[in-house]
Amino acid sequence: MSHEEYLLCIIGMGLVTYLPRWLPLAFLAERDMPEIMEKWLSLIPACILSALVTQAVFIDPSTGSFQLFQKSFFAAIPTLAFAVITRSLGGTVIVGMLVYWIMGQF
Amino acid sequence: MNMSSKWPTLQGLSAAIPIWVGYIAIGIPFGVLARQANLSIIDIALMSAIVFAGSSQFIAVSMFASGASALPIIITTFFVNLRHLLMSSSLALHVKGTSKPLLSLFAYGVTDESFAVNLTRFSQGQWGMKQALTVNHTANFVWIASTVAGGYLGNLIPQGTLGIDFALSAMFLGLLVYQLKGSLILLVSTISGVLSVIFCLMLPGAWYVVLSSTIAATIGVVITRSNANKHKGERKNHVS
Repeated sequence: MSHEEYLLCIIGMGLVTYLPRWLPLAFLAERDMPEIMEKWLSLIPACILSALVTQAVFIDPSTGSFQLFQKSFFAAIPTLAFAVITRSLGGTVIVGMLVYWIMGQF
Repeated sequence: MNMSSKWPTLQGLSAAIPIWVGYIAIGIPFGVLARQANLSIIDIALMSAIVFAGSSQFIAVSMFASGASALPIIITTFFVNLRHLLMSSSLALHVKGTSKPLLSLFAYGVTDESFAVNLTRFSQGQWGMKQALTVNHTANFVWIASTVAGGYLGNLIPQGTLGIDFALSAMFLGLLVYQLKGSLILLVSTISGVLSVIFCLMLPGAWYVVLSSTIAATIGVVITRSNANKHKGERKNHVS
């Protein structure tokens, strides 16, 4: 790929990435949505977070296969417990990293 | 005036710290891979600034390395990043009354991580555009800087140092706990989690995020509707 083509490529990537980020904010934020749509959108964040977490915990990143008991699963249990008990985001991140790191030492 | 509205930038900074840690953890290996795929440091900086979407940048670099041309890379990027449409739609509920230029600036920084942090804070109240933009743009700066640093450092930093690989998962977990209020949310997020693993095994890229969350949220709406109808029906029976 020539350097011109590379630049065009990343500009294209930037456009197709920016548009989905921009369109809803530009056109939904200024109007009232139907109640059912608001209900649906209010459920989306928890669903997205759950999808991201569950995937990270049970899918082995190096092979892309399902792993019930991998390092991230064992790190997630104390991390989740800490999050539920303390409700502290910063603490949760630190505890998660610490547990994950310690497990990597064995 | 309370503390929170006095120090919006400070609030934004402290909320963004976990994102910075996570972006350093992903940004450095990205820079390493991009250098190996023969991208210059400037190429790396430009891509991180113009695209600003981690997973699609990894995919693009692997496609560059395998000699793909621009169009398939752009099309793949579009589908990988389409999930932000959902995130911006959810955020739109909380930013009514913000000017178009500010919204357009804010849109640039919508990533999985900034979305998760900002949406949680918006729904807890005491969060505004200043805080949200601070989160987005410091995260953006850290992303660009750490991808560039990765390009310079090569493989000097051993992978997995201090558990930074787990930083973003831990952050998502913490934010998920904030979201879990009530049995309906608990139910739909469990459904979404199960679906995400199934879809992740079946489909490429980030499709699992889009499909599992839209399906689970739709199930949630259907449940709410049928419950509401049942109650209506009961009330009607009562009256007659």
